[in-house]
Amino acid sequence: MLKVIKTKTEFEGRWFEEHVVVEGEGLSSWPPGADLKWVGKRETRIDGRERVTGRAAFTHDIQLPGMVYGKILRSPHPHAKIGKIETGRAENLAGVLAVLTYKNIPRIPFRVGQNFVLNELVRFVGDEVACILAEDEEVCEDAIDAIKVEYEPLPFVIDPVEALEPGAPRVWPEGNLFNGRPEVYERGEVQKGFAESDILVEQVFKTQTGLHNSMETHGSVAVWEGDRLVLWDSTQHVFGVRREIASLLRLPLNKVQVIKKYMGGGFGSKNSLGKYTLLAALGARRIGRPVKIMLDRHEENLAAGNRPTSIQHLKIGAKRDGALTSIDLRAISGAGAYAVYPAAVGGPVRQLYACPNVKTEQYSVFTHTGPMSPFRGPGYVEGTFALESLMDELANRLEMDPLEIRLRNDAKQDPITGQLYSSKGLKEAYERGASEIQWHGRRSSNEATGSKRYGKGMASQIWGGSGGPPAYAFVKLNSDGTATVLTGTQDVGTGTKTVLAQIAAEELSLSIERISVEIGDTQVGPYSPISAGSMTLASVGPAVRIAAYEAREQLLDVAAQVLEIPRETLTVEDGILKSPAIKEQVSVKDVLSEVKNFMIIGRGARSPNPEGVSIHTFGAQFAEVEVDAETGEVKVVKMVAVHDSGRVINPMTVSSQIEGGVLQGLGFGLTERRIIDHRMGVVLNADLENYDVPTALDAPEIITGMIDRPDLHVNNLGVKGAGEPPIIPTAAAVANAVADAIGVRIRELPMTRDKVLKALSQREVVETE
Amino acid sequence: MQKIPIRLIVNGLPHTIHVEPRRTLLDALRKDLGFTGTKKGCDEGTCGACTVLLNGKPIYACMALALECEGIPVETIEGMQKDDKLHPIQEAFIQEDALQCGFCTPGQIMAAKALLDQNPRPSPEEVRKALVGNLCRCGTYPKILKAVLSAAGQSLTLPLVVGSYRLSPKGRGRGEGD
Repeated sequence: MLKVIKTKTEFEGRWFEEHVVVEGEGLSSWPPGADLKWVGKRETRIDGRERVTGRAAFTHDIQLPGMVYGKILRSPHPHAKIGKIETGRAENLAGVLAVLTYKNIPRIPFRVGQNFVLNELVRFVGDEVACILAEDEEVCEDAIDAIKVEYEPLPFVIDPVEALEPGAPRVWPEGNLFNGRPEVYERGEVQKGFAESDILVEQVFKTQTGLHNSMETHGSVAVWEGDRLVLWDSTQHVFGVRREIASLLRLPLNKVQVIKKYMGGGFGSKNSLGKYTLLAALGARRIGRPVKIMLDRHEENLAAGNRPTSIQHLKIGAKRDGALTSIDLRAISGAGAYAVYPAAVGGPVRQLYACPNVKTEQYSVFTHTGPMSPFRGPGYVEGTFALESLMDELANRLEMDPLEIRLRNDAKQDPITGQLYSSKGLKEAYERGASEIQWHGRRSSNEATGSKRYGKGMASQIWGGSGGPPAYAFVKLNSDGTATVLTGTQDVGTGTKTVLAQIAAEELSLSIERISVEIGDTQVGPYSPISAGSMTLASVGPAVRIAAYEAREQLLDVAAQVLEIPRETLTVEDGILKSPAIKEQVSVKDVLSEVKNFMIIGRGARSPNPEGVSIHTFGAQFAEVEVDAETGEVKVVKMVAVHDSGRVINPMTVSSQIEGGVLQGLGFGLTERRIIDHRMGVVLNADLENYDVPTALDAPEIITGMIDRPDLHVNNLGVKGAGEPPIIPTAAAVANAVADAIGVRIRELPMTRDKVLKALSQREVVETE
Repeated sequence: MQKIPIRLIVNGLPHTIHVEPRRTLLDALRKDLGFTGTKKGCDEGTCGACTVLLNGKPIYACMALALECEGIPVETIEGMQKDDKLHPIQEAFIQEDALQCGFCTPGQIMAAKALLDQNPRPSPEEVRKALVGNLCRCGTYPKILKAVLSAAGQSLTLPLVVGSYRLSPKGRGRGEGD
């Protein structure tokens, strides 16, 4: 009997209530210290071979017979009305098949109706104007040059603070403030809290616009097989793309197949449907041939999402003993020209510390720039930088150790709901991190050797990562005793297939070599959620375990009857059936061959999260830096990152996630920033030459630590998400280490040499005054 | 534009393609010959995903015209595996988890091969400098370094501590090579 329940789920700091169907046996987590054979082990990736041989076919690698290419003409103006579009010359070029403009394609609403796939108005430099379909990419480029567009330039605004001023040019007729009002959260009374405090600290922190720069750009290959649309899409959610495409093109769900077998990185930028997907689908239908549209690196950096800038006015009040009495955050964040929902910049302020009086007020502002999208730990990376920087300033004023003030304010229960945590390993993370970086007894601040200054800093991390329903999986047992896991999830590079195979191997008592995993295809596996919000494993993993359990139960049913022995005496271990009632060993293969091609199919559904407890992930990072006072160069010598995401299924893939998160956090903290010419609205560094992502030479020593304690309350694996937590506290920890080294604080990211030198010169001015 | 015949030698085998003179080696490999293991990340010489070996030297295939490579041996990721046996660098990448999404991996492996062919016992610094032109946005650098050293027979293995997994060789930070 199927059960329909109402449950609350969390996604990137926001809560949703939904009905879900659950089925299958409830299993409880393996207890701590259980003797597990596959789970918790360092397993190499089951798809490693495809990836090191170049055989893994990313969207970008799909080549179909008769396939043609699409290329998008983009606006050179930040805000303009399109007048005439002359496409005749382009259409006459040999090899050009069609030119799509707003005049000749259906007016399909896009981004919750904010605009259309192709539109008469363009709202940022890079907004889509036309799409050329041609036999080859070079021809597309010739055709783009041959199209003449008359633009009527309109007033524009680039800076979100200016966009809030009265009389600012409007991105949307209703105004530039997302939803027309700030997003406000309040508990207690902040003014009363400040009045009760002994000390107040107040500062403004700024973070830059970050660009994802996934190595595989966004793109799609579309082909119509009769009235059925097949899409190879570079997406973090195949079922989401299926739903949106079916709805926009008015197709039944069974006529849309979305495939994502290998993903060249997404980091949140590939969460929702792209215009390139719709244009490929429309184009393929028009010309009757498969169409591939892959964005180039520049388009990727103009139009495929970004971590929006933030300006955070933050004020903290505390007692002399360090106890927080009140926190007030007023944040302005950019949204770009189109936005679905803003990143939760106030999340850390609301959740990290036990503080009775808290207010967060967030203004998400439209500007004539490329649309924002979630970017690994959206909002929390920015919010943690401000909060953890100001906590250090508070500690400094109170002459307390930064770690001590955090322990002093450690939340014993969820400060928002008052619920107890399902598990919380933050104190252990602090202790282990402090020990690895030799926090206690560290050198005093501002120790110098020549021009070099040394410092250490730390920061804390909170994030969701509970995962939840709906998520489904099937486990098939083949007649040779091998098994196949089927689920509609995606592997965005985290190693999803490998950990799902480990879970199935454990539950089926089969060796991992005998398990294959099929994901990333809406026609193959059952529904799985988006691979974002650190929710893949904690959502899909428990469903896989139940499906494997169900398959094993069916196997025992069949085996007992084939072998004619009592069912309750039978067990299966390592693919061998054992019972006191049988003398010689019988393999699963022997039994299943007896019933010819009967295929066992176990079904599993993710159970809802428990009510009444607060489920979060925690962590702490410590940074050791060397700052050159003459050049302003910040060199990170060592990072220690200790995170608690419940049980670790595969320490090797989790350590890869942690190292990768730290490196992206270092890029955000030290080098990465989108630069826009505010007079022209043009992005000046939409490429990898001028937008500085970390290289092999920028990787410091990174020590990764995992608390690795199963969270027995959350799901049948005891796991929580691990993908986003490691990027969250990195920039804050480095900022605190830099302040420790040079004795003056940088409150604006990234901490480039010019800012370090400026900060140092300001300190000298203060000292000589 | 007029198409011309170009003779390419890829992984030891000759191929003749008919393309416009502006065809890059990268597009020739991927589109005309089907060697899609070589990836396109930027198409302008900034990311390294398209690294192949031309006469044994690593180049960005997006920055060379196919025409310029006429008759010169080109080695791609597809040529690494011999008789169904992975090259030791490929094997090391799997063993050390030196890949996440895997998109930059073929380029990293080709750059590593060029290094090890020339310098079979590189120091960690030499590895980092040889791979500086190959970006990995997933941030797999510590493990790539470990894998390349391991393929060169230099072990940096640290003990696995359950619940406190450590995996990183000593490295140095930003500013190297400036």
